[in-house]
Amino acid sequence: MPDLGKYADAVLSSYAVSLGLILALVVLSVARARRVRTALEEVEARVKKHG
Amino acid sequence: MSSIWEYANPKKFIATTNRLLPWVTGLAVVLMAVGLVWGFFFTPDDFRQGSTVKIIYIHVPAAMMAINTWAMMLVTSLVWIVRRHHVSALAARAAAPIGAVMTVIALATGAIWGQPMWGTWWEWDPRLTSFLILFLFYLGYIALWSAIEEDDTAADLTSILCLVGSVFAILSRYAVNFWNQGLHQGSSVLRAGALMGDTEERVSNVFATPLFISMAGFVMLFIALVFLRTQTEIRARRMRALLARERMQ
Repeated sequence: MPDLGKYADAVLSSYAVSLGLILALVVLSVARARRVRTALEEVEARVKKHG
Repeated sequence: MSSIWEYANPKKFIATTNRLLPWVTGLAVVLMAVGLVWGFFFTPDDFRQGSTVKIIYIHVPAAMMAINTWAMMLVTSLVWIVRRHHVSALAARAAAPIGAVMTVIALATGAIWGQPMWGTWWEWDPRLTSFLILFLFYLGYIALWSAIEEDDTAADLTSILCLVGSVFAILSRYAVNFWNQGLHQGSSVLRAGALMGDTEERVSNVFATPLFISMAGFVMLFIALVFLRTQTEIRARRMRALLARERMQ
């Protein structure tokens, strides 16, 4: 860990906030992608079944 | 010779992006990891700004992507208006939350950086203010898509909002040059003089190399997320169409 001196709080909080937001964006995007894909497969199967 | 308009076909778009997605994602992870680890652990403190200079590896790429995401949305919105390709409108919709997050990161890291350097978290400076307005445009754009049920109407109205918001995206980029006042410094990363060796206001190579790697990583992350999220929007649109057809029977 580098010595960040008196600005350690500023630097570390910048990285924490940014990486947290990026991670949240990625997780939410992947989760929605999976949810929508599964839901579409179900609807397509139902539509196929009922003609 | 294949044309770019082939990718307006949703199936072709999904098939192509599915092939590219693992590579783009891998590149994003590697470039971001190298850029951020190099910048955070292996660069010296700045003689004026101390260790806060390490915030540059997140702040600058995020600010760059905040503006460029809107630019991409502008292009895809124009494609929708002119050629009525659904994939293009859905790509703009998919990109908006990414741009909003990048704008929040730029604003938050700017405030955290500004407090020790300028002595204030916030100043109604031209660049900061235009970035805040750009963020509000992102929120308005996302809200407008959610508020309108009919997809084509939503795409039309959000495209017009995107055109209007582009004024603020341009202002966010060039506000410092237009007004030449306020606390925020002028561009020193991609200035023509900086690239040609003018050392007056140039970011030193010690900081510039990991910064450029981090910027490339953010671009790759953006592309990967746009691919994934556009696929999701295409599927969601197809599902809405199938459910509507089912209700009519």
